[in-house]
Amino acid sequence: MSARRIFARPARLAAIAPYLWMVLFFLVPFAFVLKISLSQTVIAQPPYTPVFDLTEGREALTAAFAQLSFDNFRLLLHDDLYILSYLRSLVVALTSTLILLLIGYPIACGMARLPQRWQGVAMILVIVPFWTSFLIRIYAWINILQHDGLLNKILLALHIVSAPVVWLSTDSAMYLGIVYSYLPFMILPLYATLSKMDASLLEAANDLGASPRRAFWLVTFPLSLPGVGAGALLCFIPIVGEFVIPDLLAGSDSLMIGQTMWLEFFTNKDWPVASAAAVALLLLLVPPLLLYDRLQRRQLEGNS
Amino acid sequence: MAHTVTRITRFNMTSLALGFAFLYLPIVILVIYSFNASRLVTVWGGWSLRWYHEFFNDRAMLEAAWMSVSVGAVSATLATLLGTLAALGLARGERFRGRALFSGMLYSPLVMPEVISGLSLLLLFVALNAERGFWTVTIAHTTLTMCFVTVIVQSRLTSLDRSLEEAAMDLGCDPVRAFLLVTLPLIVPAIVAGWMLAVTLSLDDVVIASFTTGPGSATLPIRIYSEVRLGVKPEINAICTLVIALIAVIIVAASFASKLSSSRGESAAPL
Repeated sequence: MSARRIFARPARLAAIAPYLWMVLFFLVPFAFVLKISLSQTVIAQPPYTPVFDLTEGREALTAAFAQLSFDNFRLLLHDDLYILSYLRSLVVALTSTLILLLIGYPIACGMARLPQRWQGVAMILVIVPFWTSFLIRIYAWINILQHDGLLNKILLALHIVSAPVVWLSTDSAMYLGIVYSYLPFMILPLYATLSKMDASLLEAANDLGASPRRAFWLVTFPLSLPGVGAGALLCFIPIVGEFVIPDLLAGSDSLMIGQTMWLEFFTNKDWPVASAAAVALLLLLVPPLLLYDRLQRRQLEGNS
Repeated sequence: MAHTVTRITRFNMTSLALGFAFLYLPIVILVIYSFNASRLVTVWGGWSLRWYHEFFNDRAMLEAAWMSVSVGAVSATLATLLGTLAALGLARGERFRGRALFSGMLYSPLVMPEVISGLSLLLLFVALNAERGFWTVTIAHTTLTMCFVTVIVQSRLTSLDRSLEEAAMDLGCDPVRAFLLVTLPLIVPAIVAGWMLAVTLSLDDVVIASFTTGPGSATLPIRIYSEVRLGVKPEINAICTLVIALIAVIIVAASFASKLSSSRGESAAPL
């Protein structure tokens, strides 16, 4: 047997503990979400009627199946609040991903063209804000955007506006917060593909008479598409379910799905509806999640 | 000239400068205003440590900070252990039954909206009748952060030269010894980086902690969040600055440690 094969056995054994952990704390909880999304709301603690009780045996189980209720899902489909917040989440996530791409691409391009020595520094500079707390970064923007904050002061001093502008509790503040928080997630995969690109391809395009602009659209951009895809998914998926940023920066007149779920859960104490909303959100995210999983796997295991 | 095409242009420089200013200015402003003597957050009243003083006399905040630091340390350590084992299984385990499920379970929490992870774990804890508090938050954070550790350690393992391990085994090491003597020293930097990232993510999380914690045991981000909802307070600027400083210390210490161990590992490798 080759050394590689002998090494594989204990490596597989090592994976047993994390495997069990993920099954117990990642997979099983989803079964609970699904189960509770199908049960009835009651005013109690916990606030739902249990759907199945495995201790009662098989007959009870089949009886329980007969009682499964799709009311919560029907509610989701018939209540405008939910449909509107799903739509809003999708629109916000799509728009933010596009803005992120537009801002992140030139930065990643610039990084890839820096002298080798400086690329490492630039990379650390992009990663560091990611390490400082997300909440703190949003709070930093609240400081700047508030009524008598720095932004309004600067705008007033430069006579661009004559009265303070309301920034907080608006969609522009929310987009700013999202773009600010997710920018590193967009830049890093883009930079990873752009920096690996063979410079001689561009030189060849140049020698063959392509203008820099044409060379960019014909060579650089198509070759960077894997990075574009990874960055876009890495931003889009979590933004759809984003809660903290819209809650702190956007107004309360239209909610994203994460906020609606939070409200159902913590304020209305309607756990079954919150669970149904979570299941629906998850279904919405399955296609991008599968795509992301494939990209990730290809990247991590591509060569082996 | 070959280099004209890939030369850095003025447009490149401008986008880099603007990009980094955008990323850093808000944090710099936050830190500067934490030293503001004035109660009004927006009026500069001279330098002062007043708000730091206020924080160190705020019992509720201090308790929350202690809770966060202990959850962060315990969950990051657990996550590093589990994540490294998972990475080992994925990078060296070749093919095994349930591998696709395993990697799927490990990669999807990286992008899974926090509201879903938080809600699902809470429902599990309620069903298990677990008392919510320190341990439930720690378990939740371990589950989330071990995935990040796995990705970091796995990518390091995949880029390693496997012939080193194989050589050790040809020379008579059993797999466990080969791992401890050859592989482990080489992946220490990735393990340290994973631990660091796990601590930071745990110190950062509001949503999952809000779902999984019980009454009376709020973490620091939960408290900061409820204060921030009420508006800007200079004390929060001071707390945020302290958190940034703590994270900076962790990063510097850990990168120093990993540099030490990696230079040792690299010099040991050719033997």
